[in-house]
Amino acid sequence: MSSTLLIKSADLYYGAAQALYGVTIQCKPGRITAVLGRNGVGKSSTLRAVTGINNVAAGEIVFDDDVLEKAPPYKRARMGIGYVPQGREIFPLLTVRENLETGYAGLRYGDRSIPDTIFTLFPVLKSMLGRRGGDLSGGQQQQLAIGRALVTRPKVLVLDEPTEGIQPSIIKDIGRALQFLRDEKGMTILLVEQYLDFCREIADDIYIMDRGQIMHRGPASDLDLPEVRRHLMV
Amino acid sequence: MITQLVFRALDRKASWLIAAILLVAVAVPACNLLIPPGQFGHVPGYLVTLFGKYLCYAVLALSLDLVWGYVGILSLGHGAFFALGGYAMGMYLMRQIGARGVYANPVLPDFMVFLNWKELPWYWLGFDMFPFALLMVMLVPGLLAFVFGWFAFRSRVTGVYLSIITQAMTFALLLAFFRNDLGFGGNNGLTDFKDILGFSVQAASTRAALFALSAILLALGVFVCSMIVNSKLGKVMVAIRDAESRTRFLGWRPENVKLFAFIVSAVLAGLAGALYVPQVGIINPGEFTPENSIEAVIWVAVGGRGTIVGPVIGALLVNAGKSYFTAALPEYWLFALGALFVVVTLFLPRGIVGLVATRAPRRARMTARNDTVPPVLHPKAEPAE
Amino acid sequence: MNAGRLIPIIALLLALAFGAPAQAQTDDATLTALVNALPLGNFKEREVAATALAATGDPRAVPVLQTLTDGELYVIEASGQVVFVETSGAGVLATDPVTASSLGEFAKGDVEKVKVNNGLRRALRTLIGQMTLLSENRGTRLAAALSVLRDASPDTLELLDSALAAEADPEIKTVMDVARAAIVLKTDASSAEKAAAAQRIAERGGREAITILTGALAEAPADLKPAIEAAIDSLERTRAVWSVLQNVWYGISLGSVLLLAAIGLAITFGVMGVINMAHGEMVMLGAYTTFVVQEVIRGSFPGLFEYSLAIALPLAFLVTALVGVAIERSIIRWLYGRALETLLATWGLSLIIQQAVRTAFGPTNKQVGNPQWMSGSFELGGLDITYNRFWIVLFAIAVFLALLAVLNRTPLGLQMRAVTQNRRMASAMGIRTPLVDAMTFGLGSGIAGLAGVALSQLDNVSPNLGQNYIIDSFMVVVFGGVGNLWGTLVGALSIGVANKFLEPYAGAVVAKILILVLIILFIQRRPRGLFALKGRAVEQ
Repeated sequence: MSSTLLIKSADLYYGAAQALYGVTIQCKPGRITAVLGRNGVGKSSTLRAVTGINNVAAGEIVFDDDVLEKAPPYKRARMGIGYVPQGREIFPLLTVRENLETGYAGLRYGDRSIPDTIFTLFPVLKSMLGRRGGDLSGGQQQQLAIGRALVTRPKVLVLDEPTEGIQPSIIKDIGRALQFLRDEKGMTILLVEQYLDFCREIADDIYIMDRGQIMHRGPASDLDLPEVRRHLMV
Repeated sequence: MITQLVFRALDRKASWLIAAILLVAVAVPACNLLIPPGQFGHVPGYLVTLFGKYLCYAVLALSLDLVWGYVGILSLGHGAFFALGGYAMGMYLMRQIGARGVYANPVLPDFMVFLNWKELPWYWLGFDMFPFALLMVMLVPGLLAFVFGWFAFRSRVTGVYLSIITQAMTFALLLAFFRNDLGFGGNNGLTDFKDILGFSVQAASTRAALFALSAILLALGVFVCSMIVNSKLGKVMVAIRDAESRTRFLGWRPENVKLFAFIVSAVLAGLAGALYVPQVGIINPGEFTPENSIEAVIWVAVGGRGTIVGPVIGALLVNAGKSYFTAALPEYWLFALGALFVVVTLFLPRGIVGLVATRAPRRARMTARNDTVPPVLHPKAEPAE
Repeated sequence: MNAGRLIPIIALLLALAFGAPAQAQTDDATLTALVNALPLGNFKEREVAATALAATGDPRAVPVLQTLTDGELYVIEASGQVVFVETSGAGVLATDPVTASSLGEFAKGDVEKVKVNNGLRRALRTLIGQMTLLSENRGTRLAAALSVLRDASPDTLELLDSALAAEADPEIKTVMDVARAAIVLKTDASSAEKAAAAQRIAERGGREAITILTGALAEAPADLKPAIEAAIDSLERTRAVWSVLQNVWYGISLGSVLLLAAIGLAITFGVMGVINMAHGEMVMLGAYTTFVVQEVIRGSFPGLFEYSLAIALPLAFLVTALVGVAIERSIIRWLYGRALETLLATWGLSLIIQQAVRTAFGPTNKQVGNPQWMSGSFELGGLDITYNRFWIVLFAIAVFLALLAVLNRTPLGLQMRAVTQNRRMASAMGIRTPLVDAMTFGLGSGIAGLAGVALSQLDNVSPNLGQNYIIDSFMVVVFGGVGNLWGTLVGALSIGVANKFLEPYAGAVVAKILILVLIILFIQRRPRGLFALKGRAVEQ
C-alpha cells in the first residue's frame, strides 16, 4: 500500500520574510510528483516544511492520515519520510558504509541492514564502502545520498534537486532508480527540480512555483505548454 | 557637523541617563559633605565609596556591552583591562607615598625595598607624574587590546573560541602578576596609598570628588558609546554581530571594526579601573581572575545587552544585590549569582531593559514589525529541534 | 611545631624496624646494663664494653653504637644511665636507648657526653659494620651496604671483603661490590686496580657514581685521571639522557591528567558546539564521590579499602553522568544555537555546584587515601616512576581507548559523529538528536567524573578542584581541535610535555604563562585547532 503526502495551503516564514503563500501540493501514492520553478521561489522551503526542518506557520502537512504539526525531522524520518537534500549533505568524515548506517537510527534491531536494492541501483557504492563520504565525487555523493535515504525504509522519498551539478550518465542512473522505486516498490516520490527534461521523462504530476505560490498543476506533459514555460524562463 | 553628531548620539534614553548620572554626581557628594551626619538626607562616607565603586563597575559593564552587545564579541577577560588601568593608577599612587612608606625609601615602594631591589625598574619611571600615569591608564589596556585583537580578529577567531582565549589572556596575566619579580607587588599588589594629586585619599572631600569623577566618567562613557552605536559605524557593528560573513561580502572589513570597538572598550575599562583603585585603596592580582571578568558579563546580561542603559542598570543592581547578600547571607551569594546566570540566559535573554521594552512596546517599534515574529538576535542560530 | 620532638619517634621507628624477628633479642635489663657500662673506664675498657654490647646481636644496640661513634651519646651524671638526648629549650630531653621511653627533661649540666677517640671510633665502626653487614636481616644488610657505599671509609674494607664473601643476595652483592670499588679508589692500590674500580662504579651509574668519581678525581694519580674523567663524562651523558626522559615522563603524566579532564569537554563541544563551563565541577564531583566511597568503606567495610577506587569509578561515572543529563535536559537544550549563552548558564551552574559542595562538605580540603598499590614508586632504568602517576597514565590511555571504541564501534558513537558533522541532516536521517545530545552530555560528564577519581589520587579534594583544571582543559580542546579525539590526545600530551620542559628553565608559573601565550598565538594561526574538522565544523 503506497502512502500519500499532502501539503495543504502552507505558509512559511524565515524571520519576518514570508517564503510560502498557501502552497498546496498533493503527492499521489506510487507516483512521482515534481515541483519546478526558478531559483528562490520556495521549492526548497516546501521540502523543508515537509521534512520538518522548518515548520509551517499556517496550513498543514498530512502524511497518510497523520497531520505532522510540529513533529521534528527525526520523527518524520521515522514515520517514513526519506530526505535527499540539496547539495547532498553527505557526512564527510564518515565512511560510505557509516553514512548508510546513519539510517539505522529509526529501525528495529532486526531490520538494521542495508537493502540490496541500493547496491543494485548504485553498484558503485558497493565498491566504495570503506571510503570517506567527503572523498567521493559529486555524482557518487548523490547516489550515496539517495541510498542513505533508502536505508530508513521510507514510504515517501523527498528529493531536492538531485541532478544539480551531476554528469548526464549519472542523471540517467538516478532517473532509472527513481522509476524503479516507483514502479517496483510503489514508493511515493516528491521531487524538486530545475532540470526540465529530467522531469518530463520521469515525473507523473508537476507543480510550477513562482514567488512562493503554486502557479500551475497538471500532468508532466503540461511542461510543453507555453504558459508553463513562461514561469520557468530565467 | 560635530553638533549634529552629538545630537544624533543623544537619543532620548541616553540623554535621560546622562542627566540622571550627572545629577547623582552632584547630589551624592553634596548630601555627604553639606548635610551634617545624623540629619535627614546625609549620605555616610562609606556609602559614597561603595556607590563610587558601583559606578566604576557600571563603566566596566558599559565597555563590555560595547563589544558583546553590539559587536558580538563575548570577552571573558575584560577584567584584565580594568585591572591594568587600575595597576597604572596604583603605580602613580605608590610613587606618591614617597618617603612615608614603612621603609621610608623616597623612591622605591616598600615591596621593592623588601625584595632588596636597588633601583626602580624602567617601567616604573614616569609614574610619579599624573599626566603620564593617566596616559598609561588608557594606553596600556588599549595596546593590549590592539595586539590581542589584531591577531584574533584577523585570523577570524570568533564565538566561543574567542571567549576562551580572552579568558586565557586574563588567566595568564593573573599568573604573571602573582610573581614578585614582575615588579608589581606580587600577591599583595599595590596598597597603602596616601595622596592623589596632593589630596589625601582618606579625606571625605577626596572621596566625594572621586565619586563625582566616577559618575562623570560613566556619563562620558554613555555619551561616547551611544555616539558610536548611533553612528553609521554602529550599524556596521550590529551587522557584524548578526551576520559577519555577509557584512564582509558587502565590502566591510569586520576585523577593523571589531578592533576599533575592542580598543575603545578596553580604554574605557582601563579608566574605570583607574578610578576604582583610589576608592577601594588596593589593587592586587585578584582583579585578573577569570571569575571577575565573567561576573561583569552577567551585569551586562542582567541589564540587557545591546542597549546603553542596560549594562549600567545591571551593574548597579547586581552589585547592590551582592553587597546585600554577602553581608546578610554570605553562603547564599554564590547560589544567587549562579542562579542569576541561569535564569537570565534562559528567561531574560534581553535583560531587564528587554523585559521592560516588551512589556511596554514603543509605538514606533510596533508599526515597523510584523508582530508574530519576535526580533531575532541570532539569525544564524539553528534551533536544535 | 618543635622538630626536636620528632626525633624520639624516629628512634622508636628505627628500633621497630630493626626489631624484626629472627634477630637475637636480649631482655631489657641485660641490655640496659651493657649500655650503661659504655661510659665507664678508659677508652680501652669502653671498647671492651662496646664489643660486649655488639655481641648480643640485639638490633637496639646499633643506634647506641652509632650515636656513640658520632659522639652524641650522653650519660646522666646522677644515675649513670646512658641516654639519647635532644636539645629542648634551655635543657635537654632524655630518652632511654633501650626502651625508647622518654625520661623527661634535664638541665644541660646534669648530663655528660660519653667521650670517644679515633681508635675507639674505628673499633666502633667495625662493630656496627659487623652487626649490620653480617646481619641475618636482608633489609639491614642492604641498608648497611648502602651506608658503606656512601661513606666509603677505607677502615671498612676488610670487613666489607668478608661480608662480600658471605653475601648471597645478588642486589646486595652489587652494592657491596661498588662500595668496595669506591673504597679502593681511596686507598693506595695500584693504578690498574683503581682503573678497574672506576670502571665498576661507572657501570653502576647514577648520581652517587658521579659524586664518588668526582671525589676520587682530585686525589687520583695523573695516569688515572683521563680514565676517571671519561667515566664521569659518559655518566653525565647518560644522566642527561635520563633526565630528559624523566621530563618526558612528567610531561606524559601531566598530559594524561589533562587528557582525562579535557576529553569529555572535547566530545560535548564537538557534538553539541557547547562549551560546558561546569565541566570542572563534574571532575570535582567525581573526586568527592571517591571521598564518600572511602568514608563509607572506612566506617563500615575497612577490608575493602584496597578496592575503594574500583568501587568509586563506576559510581563517579554514574553520579556525574546523571548530573550531566539533568543539566542538559533542564538548561542546555533550551539554549542550542546560542553557544555564548550556554557558556554563561553553565558558568552559573558551576558556581551553584561549587557552593552546594562547599555547604555539604565544608570548604576545607578532604583527604582521599591512596590504596597500597597506588603508593610508592619504582625505578625503570634511570627513571623514577611513582605508582599513582603510572596507574593514572594507564587509566587515561584506557579511558581514551574505550571512548574511541564507543565512538567508532557503537550505534550511539556513529550517531554522535553524524550529529557532530551535520546536525540537521542527522535529524533528517531519523537520529533523535535530543537523545544524542543528552547521551553525549552524560558521557562527557561521566568521563569528567572518572577524571575526578584519578585526580583525587594526586591532588587535594576541595570544592575548587575543578577550577584548577578547567582553563587547561579548554586550552587542550582549543589546541587539539574539535570533533577528533586524536586531536585531544595530541593536544593534551604536547601541552603536558611542553609544560614540563619549560619548567626547569622558566619556573612553573612562567612555563604556564608561556604555554598560554603560545596557545593564544597558535589559535590565531589555526583558529580551528591542530586537528580541525574539515567541512562543516561545528560553530555557533
